[in-house]
Amino acid sequence: MRVLNRKLLRDLWHMRGQMLAIAAVIMGGVATLVISLSTYDSLVDTRDRFYSEYHLADVFDSLKRAPEPVAERLAAIPGVQRMETAVTTGVKLEVEGFPDPITGQILSLPDVGQAQLNRLYIKRGRLVRPWSTDEVVITDTFADAHHLQPGDLLTAIIHGKRKRLTVVGVAVAPEYVYQIAPGAMFPDFKRFGVLWMGRHALAAACNMEGSFNQVSLTLARHANEQDVIDRVDSILAVYGGTGAYGRKDQLSNRFLSEELKELRTMVIIFPAIFLGVAAFLLNVVLSRLIALQREQIAILKAFGYSDLAIAMHYVMMVLLLVLLGVTAGAALGTWFGWGLSHVYTETTFRFPYLDYRVQPGVVLFSLVVSALAAVSGTLVSVMRAVRLPPAEGMRPEMPVAYRTSLVERMGLKRWLSAPSRMILRHIGWRPLKSFLTVVGIACACGLMMVGNYQQGAIDFMVDVQFRQAAREDLALSLIDPTSGRALHELEALPGVRSVEGYRDVPVILRYGQYSHRAMLFGIQPEGQLHRALDRELRPVPVPPGGVVLTDHLANNMLHVKPGDVLTVEVLEGSRPVRQVPVLGITKQYLGVSAYMQKDSVNALLREGNTVTGAYLAVEPGAEAKLYAELHDRPRVLGMIANKSAIQSFYDTIGEFILFFNLVATLLAGAIGFGVVYNSARISLSERGRELASLRVLGFTRGEIAYILLGELALLTLAAIPVGFLIGIGLVGILVVAFQGELYRLPMILTPENYAMGASVVVASALLSGYLVWLRLGRLDLVAVLKTRE
Amino acid sequence: MMDFMPSENATQAIFVARGLTKTYRLGDVEVPALRSIDLQLYRGELVVLLGPSGSGKSTLLNILGGLDAPTSGEVYYLDHKLTGASEADLTRFRREHVGFVFQFYNLIPSLTARENVAAVTEIAKSPMQPEEALQLVGLGNRLDHFPAQLSGGEQQRVAIARAVAKNPAVLLCDEPTGALDSATGVVVLEVLEMVNRELGTLTVLITHNVGIADMADRVIRLSDGRIAEERRNAHKRAAHALSW
Repeated sequence: MRVLNRKLLRDLWHMRGQMLAIAAVIMGGVATLVISLSTYDSLVDTRDRFYSEYHLADVFDSLKRAPEPVAERLAAIPGVQRMETAVTTGVKLEVEGFPDPITGQILSLPDVGQAQLNRLYIKRGRLVRPWSTDEVVITDTFADAHHLQPGDLLTAIIHGKRKRLTVVGVAVAPEYVYQIAPGAMFPDFKRFGVLWMGRHALAAACNMEGSFNQVSLTLARHANEQDVIDRVDSILAVYGGTGAYGRKDQLSNRFLSEELKELRTMVIIFPAIFLGVAAFLLNVVLSRLIALQREQIAILKAFGYSDLAIAMHYVMMVLLLVLLGVTAGAALGTWFGWGLSHVYTETTFRFPYLDYRVQPGVVLFSLVVSALAAVSGTLVSVMRAVRLPPAEGMRPEMPVAYRTSLVERMGLKRWLSAPSRMILRHIGWRPLKSFLTVVGIACACGLMMVGNYQQGAIDFMVDVQFRQAAREDLALSLIDPTSGRALHELEALPGVRSVEGYRDVPVILRYGQYSHRAMLFGIQPEGQLHRALDRELRPVPVPPGGVVLTDHLANNMLHVKPGDVLTVEVLEGSRPVRQVPVLGITKQYLGVSAYMQKDSVNALLREGNTVTGAYLAVEPGAEAKLYAELHDRPRVLGMIANKSAIQSFYDTIGEFILFFNLVATLLAGAIGFGVVYNSARISLSERGRELASLRVLGFTRGEIAYILLGELALLTLAAIPVGFLIGIGLVGILVVAFQGELYRLPMILTPENYAMGASVVVASALLSGYLVWLRLGRLDLVAVLKTRE
Repeated sequence: MMDFMPSENATQAIFVARGLTKTYRLGDVEVPALRSIDLQLYRGELVVLLGPSGSGKSTLLNILGGLDAPTSGEVYYLDHKLTGASEADLTRFRREHVGFVFQFYNLIPSLTARENVAAVTEIAKSPMQPEEALQLVGLGNRLDHFPAQLSGGEQQRVAIARAVAKNPAVLLCDEPTGALDSATGVVVLEVLEMVNRELGTLTVLITHNVGIADMADRVIRLSDGRIAEERRNAHKRAAHALSW
């Protein structure tokens, strides 16, 4: 081994504390990248494989009812590869021991043989037996939420008829990777379930014998999706078709795609922030560390080593460090990424399996980024050192020309002791260096704030959605459009405080080249329960005759502003097409909606006072009885109770948030400690001689610690407000980046965010301070007398 | 505790060392630095410790100054035993009773001349004013200069002012002229001579420069960790008459 290499290893070992701290910074950045990318890649891969292996259809449509022979006409459409019809209907479910209302969707399976499309992955148990009448397969989410196993019983109310069913299988379906009740904001596995039973039995239960009300089909290789959709629509129009749609509008896939799109944003933004900050810190810390090697560099030059050899020596040194950090980061990231992917598939998406993998390119990329940051930081210092003639390099740097600090010049000088002046002047000596240290520490604070931002943001979004906008206790949907007089019946029920009817209808909103498939909600203009909010989140009445759109839908999806006229294609009944003006914009963080006055929707559909559901305010304590009462009414199709929806949402994402916070805290903590500790250690190296001299002169360890740690404390304190600003900026980036259809992040930072940000800095400073304090006890007092700087 | 009690007795022993031995362990090898040194140093004396490098003179000075502990033997400062004293006691001893002057000055670069002195007087019991100490070494006109703005000789004189400003009982100088040219060195020695004369501070001066020995009351020559020779100068020479 060459001597220089041996020196390299020894130097690394000698500075192991600092080196580990720097490696921790790299690790933090790399781990974030690996976590994000591997999670994203794994989910995308898993989705693609699951869709293809279980034959998710390309085009879907639901209709009122068509006789089975119509299917042959659908199958004959050019471009259709495979086609399958089914029967489906909404159901109400009862599970023993669970009092809340449960709604569900029940779909038919072929009576004999496997389904052609949208096949089920059977996780436990089996498919239903041919021609069986009382067997069902249920989704694993619902099974897990209620601890249902094959062999257990549950009750379904299908078209008002109670039916006892035996669970024979637990399945995962490509059509229901993301399971959400129609009209709900988030998944609620306890209160929404998907079931499958034999076609024959289901058709009998809902009077659909010899008919179908759902069709799925796949496309031949070169088929044009829109052509096929148009032909399906033209065939099914007379059978009450609601407009065929492709995968991109399929509910589960649309949510999944949106979630993945947002994850994709996170994949870019978060690692960019973390790795960027880590690279910056790496650069700063290493350039300072190498600057301390000035004399050694001069000696090597004096021996005759070339500039290149010396530069390579230090580059090797930092590359070893980078390698250590990247390896640790990749390992940690893989571990956390694996965990995060599984948390995802347990809370949000249901896949039967997970293809978790880390692409080598990800690790390679982080290696290159870290290496570039480290090497550039190193070379700056090395070049500065090798440019000096050796004789000059071996001399100590010119005595540093200090000056009185700004604070002193402001007239505070006489209040400051000599040690305090030393602190201030050392900070002012190299303002850029002090500034970079402050920025470095502040970055850790900012990262911490970003990492913990989600919790407060979610609380805020839930508050706006459920305590400002959708304030009803219960949203009720009816099987068919019904006369508004039905509301009086609801009002009379015990425990009901108030009722607001609504009329919703599926539509396609079009403006120029833009279109969006949505539910159009007709609500009470002066409603107290369900209302639209303006930009300042104040409730505003919906004006008559036009539509009010969620800001995101208007600005970013349809590109309309108040005054523009939308084309509204109704996907119900005779499917009229109408021109409707946009009258306002409403602020909404979760989902996107289109609102009109209920009467305006009735007028649009040329119908009388008709409702499709109602929002209810319920007396506290009366919920259970009322829900049971409503549950038994045949016309009531679905019920969404807000309180339980929020609760289940928090239950579901709680684990996710916890995991995310843990990872963010750990990484920000590692970076914070890496920076603060290195700042302290480099300061100690720069000032060790000075401090030892003072020790010799009779200063106690506490007194010299004051000089060194006082500086650290001052920089740390200065870094906290700067860190808050950085945190606000980073969260601002997130907010701008996360403007999707599912949710838009609000610019909300809670006192807890600030407290967490400050505490990571303070904790890092205290720990670093303690370690430096231990070092101060080991200062070599004798050596300092005999050496020059 | 180790409070300094002024005494009329000019020949009072300030340091008494008996059987001082110091052995450094370097791996498996034991390197003796001091071998059984007996020594007494008196109030008001100017003592030169002479010897080549490696003779043990710095080790001896460090032990006297409370910076190092002997392997065996005892050191008394007045009636206080330094050997075996705690780290905190030794710090306090240095703070209150010892003035150090180093070869490379060891000034705090971020403090002006006045503040370098004040750094020590702020923590001393009954110090001089920093200005007074700097006047004493002839730097009354350089009070607000930073070390980077002073010559080597001036920096060393600031260091001396810093050492004497606390009114120490002993001034320990380790090669104070080692980094200076001879003319500047003489100026520094004159200051030390004057401090010794006017303040009556026991001054111990380490040097390998035989020429300097002539200004001492007593010269102790060390060789191989032992006292090879000890003599009184019948005729002290004034510092300004020295040259090398």
